[in-house]
Amino acid sequence: MTDSHVLQADNAPGLRAGNMKWKLTGLFTMIAILYAASFLYTGSSLADLWNGLPTIAAMFAQLFPPNWGYAGEAWLYLSETFHMAIIATTAAAVVCIPVSLMASSNIMQEQRVLYHLTKQVMNILRTIPDLLLAVIFVGIFGIGAFSGILALVIFSLGILAKLLAETVEAIDPEPLDAVRASGGSTLQVIWYAVIPQILPQYTSFSLYVFEINVRASLVLGFVGAGGIGQLLQRSISFMDYDRTMMIILIIFLAVVLIEYISGKIREAVL
Amino acid sequence: MIEFNNVSLTYPNGHQGLNDVNIQINDGEFVVIVGLSGAGKSTFIRSINRMVTPTEGELKVDEENILPLQGKKLRSLRTKVGMIFQHYNLVKRSTVMKNVIAGRLGHTGTVRSLLQLFDKEDRALAYTNLKRVNIAEKVHARADQLSGGQQQRVSIARVLTQEPRVVLADEPVASLDPPTSHQVMQYLKRINKEDKITTIVNLHFIDMAMEYADRIIGMRGGEVVFDGPVSEVSEKTFEDIYGRKIKEEDKVGGDEHD
Repeated sequence: MTDSHVLQADNAPGLRAGNMKWKLTGLFTMIAILYAASFLYTGSSLADLWNGLPTIAAMFAQLFPPNWGYAGEAWLYLSETFHMAIIATTAAAVVCIPVSLMASSNIMQEQRVLYHLTKQVMNILRTIPDLLLAVIFVGIFGIGAFSGILALVIFSLGILAKLLAETVEAIDPEPLDAVRASGGSTLQVIWYAVIPQILPQYTSFSLYVFEINVRASLVLGFVGAGGIGQLLQRSISFMDYDRTMMIILIIFLAVVLIEYISGKIREAVL
Repeated sequence: MIEFNNVSLTYPNGHQGLNDVNIQINDGEFVVIVGLSGAGKSTFIRSINRMVTPTEGELKVDEENILPLQGKKLRSLRTKVGMIFQHYNLVKRSTVMKNVIAGRLGHTGTVRSLLQLFDKEDRALAYTNLKRVNIAEKVHARADQLSGGQQQRVSIARVLTQEPRVVLADEPVASLDPPTSHQVMQYLKRINKEDKITTIVNLHFIDMAMEYADRIIGMRGGEVVFDGPVSEVSEKTFEDIYGRKIKEEDKVGGDEHD
């Protein structure tokens, strides 16, 4: 090694470039100010949490014991929620196949306009919260499960199409070339080279969206879109807290069970 | 017969893939294209089934200029001109049979093929072709359970099932070890002889080209720099084509008796 390669200890570099330290300090100060402003602006403080403790205790006292006799009726509504999720997931899973293909750049190499259009429409669709969708559909079709199903279809289509389009864009393009090179049409390329490659992910995503739909439909019930959420909302507004607790227990049980089963299936297919 | 008349291809990025190529390939020939990577071998071969489209000149397959073809007519050309790839290009999650029957897609209506309604004759043909490449026992195995050499044999069965007049093979043995490479080349040679299928193969191993070709076409920089029967080819010819001395890595080694 020549002398020019040997550094003096005084000149040894720090772990970061010199001005980086000041930039980071500035950044963290700004974040701290932002937190302080948020507390001031919303008029909330940690003291509120402390003051609310007695109310929490009172509420818990009313929740227990749960009204076990109410389980029968709660099950009925739960099964409505379940059926809503099944119908909505199935509809979304069917529609999302063409939609996700249209939103995949590798499939739509020549139809750029359609590709961008689909992608943008799906982006806009995904920005609408599920609750807002439910409010809109309840306004159009009235209170009940049908409005809830429509809201779930649109909501889960947004998620499913996005996930699936990303999967389609990541597939191995070479088998597509082979089917194309043997005279296959676009539909045949999709059916023989694309679909087999995305099938496991498709199954997994659909089950995942089913889980989300069960949970989402609980919230949608609060705005009148059917299912056990509607029952939950009613019992809370009538202050039947023992019934509320029973409903919560049943929901908890159902969600855990569904996620466990669907998780097992998804493990098996992937 | 395949006829290149003043064919050039300039890629959108300005790269010249083919430069004024004039050549005729007769029915039933076994032609090997040699050249370094980037010499235009792949572009040459993929022009014939229009996986790429030359920008100038005229390319005739059976007296018809294929450069303007689109849609149904293009698919009908591709049905007639089959292709084998370096990475076999099988659908790995599908069974061997489903991969092979995909060779019939060009002959099958879209609706029938989506419902997977293939004629009994088609399925019999697919199975016969698997037997011809000695892999019939894997008919219901998934493609990803096979070795590279086995997958390339399945892809040969797939191309045979399409009943082509021409087979294009783009570096079919570049991912295989020497004994397997020879086996694959022997199958290609056999279908060329038995079925009178015109076969055009890209290779960069010179000993392999010498062993299997009837005729060798040498390419450099998108141009054809040599064209002649294998009897006229010597190591000097390859040095001219490659524009440098021949190295040990230009040979695959091994031979067909391995």
